[in-house]
Amino acid sequence: MNAKRIKLPLTRERARVLKAGDAVLLTGVVYTARDAAHKRLIRLLDEGKPLPIDVEDQVIYYVGPAPASPGHAVGPAGPTTSYRMDPYTPRLIELGLRGMIGKGLRSQAVIDAMKAHGAVYFGAVGGAAALIARSIRKSEVVCYEDLGSEAIHRFEIEDFPALVLIDSEGGNLYETGPAAFREQAEEQTRKREKG
Amino acid sequence: MREIQASEIREAVVRLILEASCRIGPDIEAAIRRGIDEETSPAGSEVLRQIAESYAIARQERIAICQDTGMAVFFVEIGQDVHINGGFEDAVNEGVRIAYRDGYLRKSVVNDPMFDRVNTGDNTPAVIHARLVPGDRIRILVTPKGFGSENMSRIRMFPPAAGVEGMKKFVVETVAEAGPNPCPPVIVGVGVGGTFEQAAIMAKRMTARGVGSHNDDPRYAALEDELLGEINRLGIGPAGIGGATTALAVNIGFCPTHIAGMPVAVNICCHCARHAEATL
Ligand code: SF4
Repeated sequence: MNAKRIKLPLTRERARVLKAGDAVLLTGVVYTARDAAHKRLIRLLDEGKPLPIDVEDQVIYYVGPAPASPGHAVGPAGPTTSYRMDPYTPRLIELGLRGMIGKGLRSQAVIDAMKAHGAVYFGAVGGAAALIARSIRKSEVVCYEDLGSEAIHRFEIEDFPALVLIDSEGGNLYETGPAAFREQAEEQTRKREKG
Repeated sequence: MREIQASEIREAVVRLILEASCRIGPDIEAAIRRGIDEETSPAGSEVLRQIAESYAIARQERIAICQDTGMAVFFVEIGQDVHINGGFEDAVNEGVRIAYRDGYLRKSVVNDPMFDRVNTGDNTPAVIHARLVPGDRIRILVTPKGFGSENMSRIRMFPPAAGVEGMKKFVVETVAEAGPNPCPPVIVGVGVGGTFEQAAIMAKRMTARGVGSHNDDPRYAALEDELLGEINRLGIGPAGIGGATTALAVNIGFCPTHIAGMPVAVNICCHCARHAEATL
C-alpha cells in the first residue's frame, strides 16, 4: 500500500487533507496517555490550572508500553482501546488537540468535536506491538511517573505505520470498510446465483 | 504419594508465562499467514501482514507480542496423589512476579477496582482455576489475557426455549458489537451450560483450545463451523477495517446445566491468544 508521509505536529491544514482509509507514516513527536492520565488532565482543566503539555496541534497516542528491555528505546507499544478516553477527549480537542492514535470505536460526541475542530483519529494495528515499537526512536516520561506505564511519555516516532480511521469531516473507515466488504460479498453471491 | 516442591511449580510458571507472552502459537500464526493470501481486502491483508511481522519480531527479540501482557490466568489440574511441599498459590504468584519482572512484561493489575486503583507493581495476584483430578501429576495451563478483548465479553442466562438459535444469535451479536475493539481477527470462546460462573470459566478455557480444533461432539463441532462462517460474513475484518478475516476460530465448550436454564458465556480473545502449558 502507498502510505503518505506525514510530519508532526499536525496543523489544521495538514489534518484537513487526510481522508478515512489513507495509510500514513507519521514522523515527529507524540504524547502518550491512557484513562488514568486523561482523568488527571481533565481535573486540572476543571480546577482552571494549566496542562503539563500544550496539546495544540499535537497527537496523543493511547498506549501503555511494556518496559524496555536492554537494547530497546521502548518496550512493545501497540494501541489500547480508545473508547475509554471518550469521556475526556472532546475537552482536549476543543483546546486544539489535532490527532489521536488508538484502536476501536469512538463516541458520537468525540466525532462531533473532531468535525467542529478539524481533528483526526488514526489507528495502529492492535496486537502488532513489537513491530510498532520499532518506529519509536526515543521515549521519555513527561509527567505522572507514579502511573508507571500509564505516565505521559513523549515519543519521538519515525515512519510510524497508521491508518486514518475517522477524518476531520467524519468519514469513518470502521463504517465504510466493513460495508464495502459486505457489498462485494453480496455482489458475488448475486453473480453466482445468476451464472 | 508423589512429592512436588513449590519451587518446581514456581519455575514452571515463570517459563510458561515467558513462552506464552513472547511466542505466538503455531496454529494462530499459520491462520494469520493463510489470511494474508486469502483476505479479499488489500488493507485487511496489510493488517495481517503487520501482525505476522510483529509475531516474528517478538519471537526473535524475545519481547512481548503485545504490550498488554494481561492478567495471568491459570487452569491447573492437580493430581490427588500429589503432595506439594510449600504453598501452591504463593508459588504461582511468585512465578508471576519473577516472569513479569525479568521478561519486561507490563504490570497491568490494580489493587482495587473502584476506589484506589493502585497498580500492584508485579502483576499479582494471579487468577487461578484449580481442580483436583486422579493421578500424581500437575498440569498447568497459563492464558495471559489482555483487557481490550476481555472487556468485549458477555454472559447471558437464557431460558431453555432460546435453544440453538438463541445461542447463535447471542454469539454473533457479541462479536458484531465488539467490532474493531478486541483487535480482530479474534478467537471466540463459548461456554454453554453449567451455572453462571461455570459458563464463564468454560468460555475462557475455550479461548486456549487452539485454532483448527473441534469439539468432540459432532453437533457442537458443526455449530463451531457454522458460527465461524456467520461471523466472518459480518465483514468486520482485520483490525475492524473491513474484510473476510474477523475470527480465526469459534471454540465451544458445554456441560450439564439446570432444568430451568441455558447459560451462554462468550469470551472474546484477540488474535494474540497467548497460552502455554506443562505437566509436572
Ligand atoms: S486486545 Fe489483545 S492484541 Fe489487542 S491490545 Fe489487548 S492484548 Fe493486545
